[in-house]
Amino acid sequence: MPTKIEKDSVTGRDTTGHEWDGIKELNTPLPTWWVYTFYACIVFAVVYSVLYPAWPWVNSHTAGLLGYTNRAELTQSLDVQGRERAKFVDRIRTASLAQIRQDPELYNFAIAGGRSAFQTNCMQCHGAGGAGSTGFPSLVDDDWLWGGKLEQIHQTIQYGVRNANDKSRQSMMPRFGADGLLTPQQVGAVTDYVLSLSGKATATPEGAKLFQEQCAACHQPDGKGNQEMGAPNLTDGLWLYGGSRDAVYRSIFYARNGSMPAWSERLDEATIKMLTLYVYSLGGGK
Amino acid sequence: MSSSPAVLAAPRAAPRYVEDVVRASMVLTMFWGIAAFAVGVIIAAQLVWPQLSLDSEFLTFGRLRPLHTSAAIFAFGGTALIGTAFHVVQRTCHARLFGGAPLGWFVLLGYQLFIVIAATGYLLGITQSKEYAEPEWYADLWLTVVWVAYLIAYLGTVLKREEPHIYVANWFYLAFIVTIAMLHIVNNLSMPVSFAGTKSYGAWSGVQDAMIQWWYGHNAVGFFLTAAFLGMMYYFIPKAANRPVYSYRLSIVHFWSLVFLYIWAGPHHLHYTSLPDWAQTLGMVFSVMLWMPSWGGMINGLMTLSGAWDKLRTDPGLRFSVTAVGFYGMSTFEGPVMSIKAVNSLSHYTDWTIGHVHSGALGWVAFIVFGTMYYLVPVLWRRPGMWSTRLIGWHYWIATLGIVLYITAMWVSGVMQGLMWRAYDELGFLQYSFVETVAAMHPFYFIRMLGGLLFLSGGLIMAYNMWRTVRGERETLSAGTSRPALAA
Repeated sequence: MPTKIEKDSVTGRDTTGHEWDGIKELNTPLPTWWVYTFYACIVFAVVYSVLYPAWPWVNSHTAGLLGYTNRAELTQSLDVQGRERAKFVDRIRTASLAQIRQDPELYNFAIAGGRSAFQTNCMQCHGAGGAGSTGFPSLVDDDWLWGGKLEQIHQTIQYGVRNANDKSRQSMMPRFGADGLLTPQQVGAVTDYVLSLSGKATATPEGAKLFQEQCAACHQPDGKGNQEMGAPNLTDGLWLYGGSRDAVYRSIFYARNGSMPAWSERLDEATIKMLTLYVYSLGGGK
Repeated sequence: MSSSPAVLAAPRAAPRYVEDVVRASMVLTMFWGIAAFAVGVIIAAQLVWPQLSLDSEFLTFGRLRPLHTSAAIFAFGGTALIGTAFHVVQRTCHARLFGGAPLGWFVLLGYQLFIVIAATGYLLGITQSKEYAEPEWYADLWLTVVWVAYLIAYLGTVLKREEPHIYVANWFYLAFIVTIAMLHIVNNLSMPVSFAGTKSYGAWSGVQDAMIQWWYGHNAVGFFLTAAFLGMMYYFIPKAANRPVYSYRLSIVHFWSLVFLYIWAGPHHLHYTSLPDWAQTLGMVFSVMLWMPSWGGMINGLMTLSGAWDKLRTDPGLRFSVTAVGFYGMSTFEGPVMSIKAVNSLSHYTDWTIGHVHSGALGWVAFIVFGTMYYLVPVLWRRPGMWSTRLIGWHYWIATLGIVLYITAMWVSGVMQGLMWRAYDELGFLQYSFVETVAAMHPFYFIRMLGGLLFLSGGLIMAYNMWRTVRGERETLSAGTSRPALAA
């Protein structure tokens, strides 16, 4: 095809003289604003890469005039936060839980810190407001498995329940049905007796007898439980694994034995103290 | 071409173009488009109502999400690119496709086979866990074969062209084909555990793996979703508007600056990670420099309409293409802004990124494909125009409304999410738990799903219109507003 430059009547521009399948191109110069904005971006890029770590070399790179690194920025901001919190955190570390409760300023800080830590570490099981769900105890009522006093809550959070930590709270309910300690019929009788303690079923003499033989050692003869061994109160109508006949039957047949981590392995002492005070404040603290 | 009469003093006989492959690609593009939009709506609904995974491992979000992204990018976008590349290269080179129909069919159908292999793998849980590069080694090997055949067909046609110069659209398509081949091979280097099994281990590990993955990932955006579709734009907008390209010089400068700068921008996906600081800096500054080269394409696309703006009133297909260029300009401004570390510290890992991607994927990629197809389908099937111009208009407004709902919902929810993550109370403790940020996004997820539903509805209208057009019908109502017969 011969090159044939023409003038476009709309824009007054010449074409380049090429044509492909009827498409031509105008010989319009680069828009000035486009060129200068492009230059400005390049200048920005050069200046930025002089100020910040940028150009790689054989086994190093230019450090940049500002001496910036991601790691230093993070360390610095953590330091700032640490300094701002230090005056409270140091006192929380040394004061007793009861002393912290007496100091409004310190207590306010501890509740805020405890709430924040709770939302990061605890709410996955115990729920955003601590209301719990099936298998995960509610922290807002006064039905405590391992005790609702400040020191008891503190110990539970520090060392957890049924985990590998040496100081973990330990106890184990037998799998009465699954391990053949009781026949299914006997488990049913005990189930009815347990439900009768909160008035939800009629007990048989056999059930009462079996309960005293098999269960009373931990749950006590009156069924009110024992917080020393984490044995729940069976008379208050509050059920960790559900209060239907089927759910209680399964609890006795298979046992449950829920677990909780030892938070002293993951969180510092001040945070655990703040968590203790926060959980205590949720409504059920003794 | 009213201003340049009689340029074709001695018209040459047109070569016998390979058109069946292109026609098939249009039908397949439409099919994959509907599939991609539909799966998108399903997973958007799952984010509103998680129980919609129906407790089936095959329908979990984790498996359907790559199905959606691959259907949109590789099946819908890729099939449209293969088809239009074959159309454009033949017409602008005035030459029949190298390798003829057999090679064309091999590329198109081989690519479809790759899509089916990849998609079934996703549902079965077979994945390399690399975003946009999920298919395992056997699918990757097959795609490599198909892609080399694509390059041979394309480059062969360019080499035997009867035009003295190579048209700009072909530069972009060629940059896309060559670069994607390089990215695909390097990112997918891996050692299969056995030739009978699906599992493989990648050649890269640690931060090098992350860097190569995002060098791949970002240039999949740059060369697949940007350069290639610019090639589409450079042919179909001048054809549909019947106007010369605005500036030849701009096309040269922005092409070379785009392909040179894009390849370095990947590290901005890894800001504030274990990627070394110097690489983060370079990823950011190359992204900022990319702003104007990207906008060069927008300027050339929009300004080509000088003297033809009135066509937007009567040609809703062209309206799609021009709106696409608008969204392209918006996304390619938003991208450099988000690559700036201070902005990225807010936007990264939030729905803002999802909004950004969809303003590009729906607004630019899908709209330029729609505009192209509304022009090309009548050309390929020798029809005077689409069956119904009115339905193109409906498609346009429904789809545009869908995009607006989608991206505004994601912007608001993304910025809110980022701000909630970094909110501290007056004593310096985090204000919100993660699940509170999830709960706050719930209404926006619903709006996003509505946007997707509108976009899907528009796609169904288009499919219906296309079906009636291919059957050779003509809606009586639209007779007065149709595009004049087009020279093939």
